[in-house]
Amino acid sequence: MSGLDTFLSMGGYARFVWPAYGVAALVLIGMAVQAVGAYRRTKAALEAAQGNKRGRGG
Amino acid sequence: MPLFRISTFTNPTRFMRWSGALLPFLAAVTVTILAVGLYLALIDSPADYQQGEAVRMMYVHVPAAWMASFVYAIVAFASAVALIWRDPLADIAAQAAAPLGAGFTFVCLVAGSLWGEPMWGTWWVWDARLTSVLVLFFLYLGYIALVNAFDDPSRGARAGAILALVGAVDLPIIKFSVDWWNTLHQPASVLRMDGPHIAASMLFPLLTMSLGFTLLFVTLLLVKMRTALMAAKLRALRMAEIARDDRAAATRDSGPLSAVPR
Repeated sequence: MSGLDTFLSMGGYARFVWPAYGVAALVLIGMAVQAVGAYRRTKAALEAAQGNKRGRGG
Repeated sequence: MPLFRISTFTNPTRFMRWSGALLPFLAAVTVTILAVGLYLALIDSPADYQQGEAVRMMYVHVPAAWMASFVYAIVAFASAVALIWRDPLADIAAQAAAPLGAGFTFVCLVAGSLWGEPMWGTWWVWDARLTSVLVLFFLYLGYIALVNAFDDPSRGARAGAILALVGAVDLPIIKFSVDWWNTLHQPASVLRMDGPHIAASMLFPLLTMSLGFTLLFVTLLLVKMRTALMAAKLRALRMAEIARDDRAAATRDSGPLSAVPR
């Protein structure tokens, strides 16, 4: 437990180190989630549009 | 017939094929390297003899700073290719890369500010290095805004490409700002002519995190480029559908009943 406390306290720099890692994680994960979400939405819309076309025999 | 041609990779159909095959491996390697990098940065690497544990912010700030410039170089290069050879995939690459570059620049600025307060005694100074990186952030935002400011996407792409090329003058200013002007920011420790001035126990975690950031960028770039290509195909399908419906309506209207008021 004290090992974890030592780790989390970052030698007194916790209030700088953890926000730095937190912002980095937030931005990088956010960019990944946004990119994958847009990919899935676009792929679904494209497949739906192509499905419609075939359905109408066009 | 040459064995290697760039069009093998930039032809949209071929691009979709090879990027689709590569992405699962790339994503797995990215996550692994970032996990190893985090372990090295937060647990395995030593505290600095002057900075103590605060040095761990370097493993976020420095890779993000390198990516900020590296991604902008890619946006500028792709913009040049798009302007010179009219390659639509180059426009797509530049537009996919720019928001990622803006993200890395934001992380660089925030982590740098958080590192500056305990080490320099200030969150921010308007010196050459910090200001030129802030300018880079606004160049990214300006590029994104300009590309999306036109009804005609090809005009937006062209205007954005010119802005990206003009803005590239900021890259050497960022790189050499710490040598040309007095600044609180330290000069280069890794990318110097006489070799790195940093202990191996810190250099290795730093390079691992940088590799992880680079892999994440390449992975997301490919995902975003694939998305843009699919969106273009979707737009083309819908335009074709509208054109077909218009033709069908025109044929119907010119028939014998077209004179009958509806």
